[in-house]
Amino acid sequence: MTNPATEYAAGQGIGDARLDGRMVVDPDSGTDLLEVAMGPHHPSTHGVFRMDVALDGERITRLKPVFGYLHRNHEKLGEGHTYLASMPYTDRLDYICSLTNNWAYALAVEKLAGQEVPERAEYLRVIVGELTRVQNHALSVGFLIQDMGASGTPLMYAFREREKILDLFEALTGSRMMCNYMRFGGCRVDATSEWLDAVRKVVTGLPQFADEFEQLLCTNEILMARTQGVGVLRPELAVSAGVTGPALRAAGVNYDIRKVDRYSIYDRFKFKVPLGEHGDVYDRFMIRLLELRESIKILEQALKEIPDGPVMDPKAKIRNFRPKVGEAYGRIEAPKGELGFYLISDGGPNPYRYRVRPPSFVNLTILEDMCLGHNVADVVLILGSVDIVLGEVDR
Amino acid sequence: MAVDEGLKIELGKQGVFVTTLQELYNWGRRSSVWPMNFGLACCAIEMIATTMARYDLARFGAEVFRPSPRQADMMIISGTVTKKMAPQVVRLYNQMAEPRYVIAMGACAISGGPFKQGYNVLKGIDRYIPVDIHIPGCPPRPEALLEAFMALQKKIDAQPLTGEGRPRHLDADAPGEFPVPAQGEHDLEPAANKNVWTVPVVIR
Amino acid sequence: MKTLEEIQAAIEAAVPGAGVEIVPNPAPSGEHSLRLKPETAVEVATFLRDDGELALDYLSNVTGVDWPDKEIAEKVKVTRAVTKTVDGVEQTAEETVEETRKRVEPGFLEVVYHLFSMARSHGPVVLRMRTGNRSDRVDLPSLTPVWRSAEFQEREIFDLYGVVFKGHPDLRRILMWDGFKDHPMRRDYVAPDDFEYEPTPHDEVLARAQAHRAAQQAAAAAQEGTGQ
Repeated sequence: MTNPATEYAAGQGIGDARLDGRMVVDPDSGTDLLEVAMGPHHPSTHGVFRMDVALDGERITRLKPVFGYLHRNHEKLGEGHTYLASMPYTDRLDYICSLTNNWAYALAVEKLAGQEVPERAEYLRVIVGELTRVQNHALSVGFLIQDMGASGTPLMYAFREREKILDLFEALTGSRMMCNYMRFGGCRVDATSEWLDAVRKVVTGLPQFADEFEQLLCTNEILMARTQGVGVLRPELAVSAGVTGPALRAAGVNYDIRKVDRYSIYDRFKFKVPLGEHGDVYDRFMIRLLELRESIKILEQALKEIPDGPVMDPKAKIRNFRPKVGEAYGRIEAPKGELGFYLISDGGPNPYRYRVRPPSFVNLTILEDMCLGHNVADVVLILGSVDIVLGEVDR
Repeated sequence: MAVDEGLKIELGKQGVFVTTLQELYNWGRRSSVWPMNFGLACCAIEMIATTMARYDLARFGAEVFRPSPRQADMMIISGTVTKKMAPQVVRLYNQMAEPRYVIAMGACAISGGPFKQGYNVLKGIDRYIPVDIHIPGCPPRPEALLEAFMALQKKIDAQPLTGEGRPRHLDADAPGEFPVPAQGEHDLEPAANKNVWTVPVVIR
Repeated sequence: MKTLEEIQAAIEAAVPGAGVEIVPNPAPSGEHSLRLKPETAVEVATFLRDDGELALDYLSNVTGVDWPDKEIAEKVKVTRAVTKTVDGVEQTAEETVEETRKRVEPGFLEVVYHLFSMARSHGPVVLRMRTGNRSDRVDLPSLTPVWRSAEFQEREIFDLYGVVFKGHPDLRRILMWDGFKDHPMRRDYVAPDDFEYEPTPHDEVLARAQAHRAAQQAAAAAQEGTGQ
């Protein structure tokens, strides 16, 4: 049987373009362009991501991202597993922030099955979610500076703080990175009062870390020269391209799902949504540092207010969980943007369709627009400022 | 010729250091294994954590991560190798200079791990290139990676320079290049390198 | 935000003959959706984006869904005339028999769009479109000209499901390599049989493991045959 899709592709003259230092002529200007494949193995810290770039001297004239080097068939596997069995797989989507992935998935399934979450479990979710955001933002800033060439020091500061938070995760869930903590209708285990005290201790130290980090980086002349005015993203384009998270807010669009959807118990906390003005790399970098401070505020409030009680809805079904026929789209404000899960149930134990809406993947839509006209060295920087994780981009 | 252990210690007290060429050579090799700066998936984050201050890989002389395969001695396969990525991994391995070592870090690199049933997931990198150390875990903790480094150092230390069991770079007949699989219409071709990997016998 | 019925009426007023249907969703989430006709989809989408009151400027999620051919067995009561010979006289009588009839409901591919509004902070509005079938009428209009965020997500659906988006600026495979021929997210896709199964108590896996072993032994036997 002929396949219309492949025929269509063939008709368009689409094939694997191997771009190994080949010279092509730009049809507009008539100059020689050098085509370079950046990746999938490259020295920046964003995994196996490839960009096919055409260079006029050092200037980018075209950039096509190539995905799929970490395509692990997450969605296909999700259709073959029960709802609960997909939970550990969500850990491995955005492997830096496993707990927010758990949360988004649990939220989608709870929406699909109409489940309630007890009060204490919501507080625990907020606490671990915001801790995840703190460590993600610290890490992404560290990686950004590392990509700029400041090898080591800022990243070491970020990792020092991350290790403290990972110790908390390990004490609570048993794993440093792949926490697998949330369940439909609550959380897997309750936190002890000692654990909460340990969190309070770490959270007390976080503002000092933020001060230190800002003093170290924000007024650094090299950083400002490399990042200000680089990779500007206009708000209209950002909205049209579905950019979410810090990258969107750096462009000046006030859209934080914690405020818009008021999911979970975020309406109880006082926090601000920092916005950028220019939408350049520097703004995206600063937004992360500011959001880190807002997360600390949320953590302080949540730790003060956390009530006693069960962490699991007693009516929630763990075994033989079969939601009724229907569909639901659940989304949260993950550290990288809007993380959504779209589930279609046919009444069986497995989801009929299990779709992940990954923030990193959609945020890359405008990578070319941000990079055009900049130097090739800035590409790595702009990519770093979008903050992607390949596990989520390719799934 | 091996030196008597007692004599060696006695001479050492007098300030005379006696060793064999093999020991000296392997001591040098094992103390500066430079890994390649190459992360694939989740395990790469734990690999980076291993190099940071808390776990401090520098204690083992292996903190110098080299972006170029030409300058690296060791490749840490840190994460899921997909079928789209597998040819590049083999090509990078081919570009490394001997002596070279491979650590398969985590369940995915060993066997496909939790993603084993995926259509685009390679079921273990040892199907195409020889692996020296396997570390289980998903992802392995940094301590496990340190353990793997120590195991690799022991392995290097034990390698004789001549005769049977000498490392590949001292063996003129050993293969230097490993065939890079091609991406076919449905799967990788061939599905495995027969000289490196044999179908495991599952005992039931 | 307007209710779905109001949105439907607004669309009909703005795009005459749009033929938008409401697809109910029985789940507690209550996210009902609108099914668009492919012919008018781009017009409707442009209206939804530009309408001042709806202002659905943000396309969040694009999903492909595969609905394979479904064989439906129905029991139908059939009344037919039967000729019987009673006492040597031929009589025609009516008789009712219960018959099982099988009919095949043709499959299709579906694309689902989740829209939100950043300007007015509401949503979601869910749009769906269906292809004619799963084999040769698989083209749908691309909504990338309306919302940029569909660009990569539609490429992904083209790659994994084989839906051809007409009007897409750069429709190529995105996750799998270019020479790949299958569409792996379709429900009837058979993955390469290339790993050893662990001993397991699950019947389905055990059956697959046994089939895998038989295939390997046959391959080994065939190789020996050619080798000698």
